[in-house]
Amino acid sequence: MSLLDVQGLTIRYGDETVVDGVNLFIDRGESVGLVGESGSGKSQSALAILGLLPRQAVASGSIEFDGQQILGASDSVLNALRARRIGIVFQDPMQALNPYLRIGAQLRQIPLTHKLRDKAEVDARVVEMLASVGLPDPQRQFRAYPHELSGGMRQRVMLASALIAEPDLLIADEPTTALDVTVQAQILDLLEDMRDNTALLLITHDLGIVAGHCEHTIVLDRGRLVEQGPTTSVFAAPSHAHTRALLAAAPRVDRGDVPEAVTGSTILSVGDAVVDYRDLQAVSKVSFSVKIGETVAVVGESGSGKSSLVRAMLGLVPMASGRVVYAGSTLEGPVEDRAQSQRRDLQLVFQDPVSALNPQMRVQTLVGEPLLVHEPQLSAAARAERVAAMLERVGLSRKFLRRFPHELSGGQAQRVAIARALILGPRVLVCDEAVAALDGSVRKQVLNVLRDVQADTGLSIIFISHDLAVVRSISHRVLVMYLGRLVEMADSETLFAAPKHPYTRALLDSVPVPDPVAMPKRAPLRGEVPSPVNPPSGCVFHPRCAKADARCGSKAPALRDVERTRVACHYPNA
Amino acid sequence: MLRYTLLRILGAIPTLLLVIALAFLMVHAAPGGPFDDERALPADVEANIAAAYHLDEPLPQQFLRYMSGLLQGDLGPSYRYRDYTVAELIGTAFPYSLKLGALAMALALLLGVTAGTVAALRQGTALDKVVMGFSMTGISIPVFVIAPVLVLFLAVKLQWLPAGWSGTTGMSRYLLPVITLALPQIAYIARLTRASMIDVLSRDFIRTAYAQGLGTVTVVRVHALKPAMLPVLSYMGPAIAAILTGSVVVEEIFGIPGLGQFFVRGALNRDYTLVLGIVVFYASLIVFLNLLVDILYGAIDPRVRYQ
Repeated sequence: MSLLDVQGLTIRYGDETVVDGVNLFIDRGESVGLVGESGSGKSQSALAILGLLPRQAVASGSIEFDGQQILGASDSVLNALRARRIGIVFQDPMQALNPYLRIGAQLRQIPLTHKLRDKAEVDARVVEMLASVGLPDPQRQFRAYPHELSGGMRQRVMLASALIAEPDLLIADEPTTALDVTVQAQILDLLEDMRDNTALLLITHDLGIVAGHCEHTIVLDRGRLVEQGPTTSVFAAPSHAHTRALLAAAPRVDRGDVPEAVTGSTILSVGDAVVDYRDLQAVSKVSFSVKIGETVAVVGESGSGKSSLVRAMLGLVPMASGRVVYAGSTLEGPVEDRAQSQRRDLQLVFQDPVSALNPQMRVQTLVGEPLLVHEPQLSAAARAERVAAMLERVGLSRKFLRRFPHELSGGQAQRVAIARALILGPRVLVCDEAVAALDGSVRKQVLNVLRDVQADTGLSIIFISHDLAVVRSISHRVLVMYLGRLVEMADSETLFAAPKHPYTRALLDSVPVPDPVAMPKRAPLRGEVPSPVNPPSGCVFHPRCAKADARCGSKAPALRDVERTRVACHYPNA
Repeated sequence: MLRYTLLRILGAIPTLLLVIALAFLMVHAAPGGPFDDERALPADVEANIAAAYHLDEPLPQQFLRYMSGLLQGDLGPSYRYRDYTVAELIGTAFPYSLKLGALAMALALLLGVTAGTVAALRQGTALDKVVMGFSMTGISIPVFVIAPVLVLFLAVKLQWLPAGWSGTTGMSRYLLPVITLALPQIAYIARLTRASMIDVLSRDFIRTAYAQGLGTVTVVRVHALKPAMLPVLSYMGPAIAAILTGSVVVEEIFGIPGLGQFFVRGALNRDYTLVLGIVVFYASLIVFLNLLVDILYGAIDPRVRYQ
């Protein structure tokens, strides 16, 4: 008998069916990956297994856990199963942990509720659990509030809460989506180590994670189960068109074409940029340049200073020192002091289009608004024509003109944001994690739009991203930043074939590859990014570097050219 | 934290000064004076009295004289209650008002939070609608209507509770005034609690708590109550002010010898120092209680940093 046996699970919200006749089984100790894009019903299925669907949802079919029917079960039956038999890790640990309660106070409720420990012993059990998920100084974390921990540490706490009652099944719903790639690798490894004989249902949009961590794979598409089987065979010979499409849309960091380096004249250069915030330096003397028609990627973990760098360049945050030269003239001061022509030539697209677009404006107004400012002489008819043409350019028909942002999907909204940025014909487009929130297939479309516009107009793109697989597919050159410093810069071909900085290598190794056979040799990065308030001495990367020696701890390496790479490391070829 | 508290207290000084100046101007702007009577005094006697109380001086000078006394902690003598200083009057009256206000506040919090939480947990049901209906009524009806109606039914018709103050002893005489004063606050706090509880209950960390097998009571008690109380806590400042002003009316209606009654009498009698003294006292009290609310806010939400 399976541990979990789901038969014909159907979930409806009013007339809308979000899960449609899904069957799945999990045996004791087995690991199953549930893959799908947003709206595929994967999270809804997980909530149904715990009996946590919102009141409006109507579920039918059957969910049997160890012989116990879950659909329609009473609260007391469900409460006895939750945490004790089925543990869950949610996506965003900042939201999923109670920000008003100390971590110890949250976790101790679980053993107490399930009567696994009495009051005298429960705190010791929680501390023991915090230690086992790799939290340094667990006594102190017991007294800490969630906001005092980093994202990775919070997710460790979440994992501790899911496993503290030693469940038979662990559900992990996008457990690493909110985390940096290096931390993701640590959490996934921890998940493997910790779960022992606990069965795992791993829900994710990332085929790479499933390939690396699940024996069995299930693919959902718009609420329907379209494919399932052993992970190796699903990846080697996908039988359903949707699985093939998912695989095709998943960029790979380890293989595939890399755009060739661009030759030509420089349009924008940044020299020795420094950005200071109150008590920390976010960017320390970073220089780079962008050529006409070139895509330059800026990568690094959160806190690396990549967004601060481009924001200072655009004049959105003050630059403490350094210079920005655009097309022969110096850009100075905050953006509102810059000339109109300079402002129109540099445009920006943000990560979350829903909050970047004014919800009270229609697409027509949103995309046409920059024209009102920069080309006020344009007649309404001419402006409407330009807007329609621009929308078509990004692959949206005229029927979108009258829509409001909430009537758009994530991909459509991001295309509107791109159209708004491109309508003035800028020479440089800055994309700040512009495709990070999009599903694989939609991301592919948006990247194609950018490539097409670049091919037609010679647009230069600065592409900020934490996703190296996407970076590989679109950028000509890559800057790697760590704690505000530029640690490596090379054209994509060189960088992906022969990374020189140990940090770049670790980043590349941390990216999950959607191929269960070709899993790369793993050298996961230790620890987390140190605080920029008090950066380490010498090479700022040395505390996390496997190759560091005494010299690295005392002397900061200068940027230098090694072969075709500019790198800041004492031992670039080690 | 200490620094923050000190800065807040310093920051309240201009507010207090402004309140005192406005109150000073307003009591003096009102026609008549403290020693006017139905029977006019001889002109020379009136002049003597005015000179004795410095009422013949120009207004700015009187103000400075009052302020310098205030800085030495002296609220001055009452003009009408001869032989009493204002401080003594406040000292005898305030305990009644404090008891009335504190009991009303406690009752409002207890019933308001309970009703609001129950309504939130039963959102959309008949129970929810009944609670919200009652609270809408409670907010809409003014204190001076509630008081006579309560007196009519609970005291006169049913004779459960004493109708007035005089001739009664013990806690029972506080009941009607406290209920009268608390009713609008119960209603408002219930609505606030319901809205914020519904918001908190929809947050992800509540789903996590349910996913850990915690029952509804534990989820509310351990996880939801603290954050749901934040808007209620913010309302405590205005609520305290509302209870203080409400107590002026309620004390008058029920004949309670509290500060509110002295305030009304003082204003009617042009007892300048008494009115000003009560204004200064109440204003300081409100500033202090608001500061307390802000500090408590930080205790509930650990992400709040005082700078």
